[in-house]
Amino acid sequence: MTDKTRAERKLGFMLCAPAVIMMLLVTAYPILYAFILSLQKKDLRFPDESGFVGLSNYVTVLGSSLWWQAVFNTAFITVVSVAIELAIGMVIAIIMHRAIFGRGAVRTSVLIPYGIVTVVAAFAWFYAFDPGSGFVNHLPFIADDKAWFGGRFSSFAVIIMAEIWKTTPFMALLLLAGLATIDESLYEAARVDGASAWQRFTRITLPLLKPALLVALLFRTLDAFRVFDSIFIMTKGAQNTESVSIVGYQQLLSRLNLGLGSAVSVLIFVLVLMIATAFVKGFGTAVPKGN
Amino acid sequence: MRHGTREYTTWSLLIGVVVVFAMFPVLWIMSLSFKTPATVGDGRLIPKEWTFDNYKGLFTGGWDSPLLRPLINSILIALIATVIAVALASLAAYAIARLDFPGKAIVLGGALAVSMFPPISVVGPLFDMWRALGLYDTYPGLIIPYLTFALPLAIYILVAFFREIPWDLEEAAQVDGATPFQAFRRIIFPLAAPGVFTAAILVFIFAWNDFVFAISLTSSNASRTVPAAIAFFTGESQFTSPTGNIAAAAVLVTVPIIIFVLIFQRRIVAGLTAGAVKG
Repeated sequence: MTDKTRAERKLGFMLCAPAVIMMLLVTAYPILYAFILSLQKKDLRFPDESGFVGLSNYVTVLGSSLWWQAVFNTAFITVVSVAIELAIGMVIAIIMHRAIFGRGAVRTSVLIPYGIVTVVAAFAWFYAFDPGSGFVNHLPFIADDKAWFGGRFSSFAVIIMAEIWKTTPFMALLLLAGLATIDESLYEAARVDGASAWQRFTRITLPLLKPALLVALLFRTLDAFRVFDSIFIMTKGAQNTESVSIVGYQQLLSRLNLGLGSAVSVLIFVLVLMIATAFVKGFGTAVPKGN
Repeated sequence: MRHGTREYTTWSLLIGVVVVFAMFPVLWIMSLSFKTPATVGDGRLIPKEWTFDNYKGLFTGGWDSPLLRPLINSILIALIATVIAVALASLAAYAIARLDFPGKAIVLGGALAVSMFPPISVVGPLFDMWRALGLYDTYPGLIIPYLTFALPLAIYILVAFFREIPWDLEEAAQVDGATPFQAFRRIIFPLAAPGVFTAAILVFIFAWNDFVFAISLTSSNASRTVPAAIAFFTGESQFTSPTGNIAAAAVLVTVPIIIFVLIFQRRIVAGLTAGAVKG
């Protein structure tokens, strides 16, 4: 190794160190600490009863129907919203890519939901459907007194719509960037060979879009799995609409049960790891590399 | 290529649907913010009686008003987090894009892993640690957790941008007699600045948007940001719903971001797609 490469390595380490130390300090250390807390009985309302309890917090969480219901709710919201987002996002991306005019207007208007604070988006949808302040119940074919937040699946419907509205732009923009990398001459050649628009989409666009598509799906799935803000604003988890993050929040900060809440946190972390691994291993999602 | 009238009609229709889909909920909450309590439930898009009371109510009482402090907190906390994140991320991204050293793939992979972190997984330990360290309900108590998502995001965007910079120009300028500082200031800085700025915009939007950390690690308006403050608004009495106030606060926290997004839309699109597609 020459002096020059050695100096370069040293500089590289030094420049990365502050960011790496910061990230370890605010993620790796707390998650480790969460794991330690999860093995203890630690309830801030009953500080005298603290102590090591092994895996019993995990047994409690995994044995409760509340947890499994939250896992189901989260998975349901994630799968339905990401699937619809993918379809709408694809349509919007194609419109932005192919539009003969008005691309700017479309891009500007889809960026607005993206920029809006999630809490505000949640209130916007809540107030649209709320019988007291909404317009939805004034629309034709909808009962004037329909209580959208009085039932589980009608609540889900509004929560999912808010999620889709807020994050489809992200999906659409990533797909648009993917579309831009496809060589236009492929379409020309296919057209000359007599391929229909649908054939061109399934035989050219989809295969070439796969890397961008999988990255967009991975990011959106993980993001949707963390769903919290919309549910907190719209139902606070009533009508059995808790997501796993809501359950974690309720244990940790409403009930101040740090032991049980930390077990929930660690389990959520494990679920996110499983989803990410499934994407990378199962679908061959290209994780951006160092070089 | 010529396009027929039918094609124009189809595109106009499609674009119209997209624009309405994107804008309608925003217009609705704006309309609510100008309605009087008596007409808030009338279901009309254009308010029958206009009022600014919902906005005034947010600021009556000055420093102790419902929104003034949270608004200042939001601006300062998001700005400080952005500056720290972009500064630290620039150093790391420069090293990853420009220098050759073992472990840079690990740094980038680690940043990706951190960006996938569910915030709720670290909220409990941070709550416990912050109470012990006296950071609970303070600015640093929010700024530090914000770096969890801000740093990976900024590193990703900046690495993608820095890779495109023709760094040889720096050496060429030095060969032509420029000092290293001059070469950096005249050549590299103007090329790197747009990328740094793009990263800053996206980090700011993320920090401005956060809710989980904001409601978990604060307990008063001393450090509560706007999204958290809105969620805990109560009406003036227990019989009034704060709908109008919440709508007005929602508009106030949205308008700056919308202006921001409109001015910098090219940068935002470039930043969002920088890391993801080049893979």
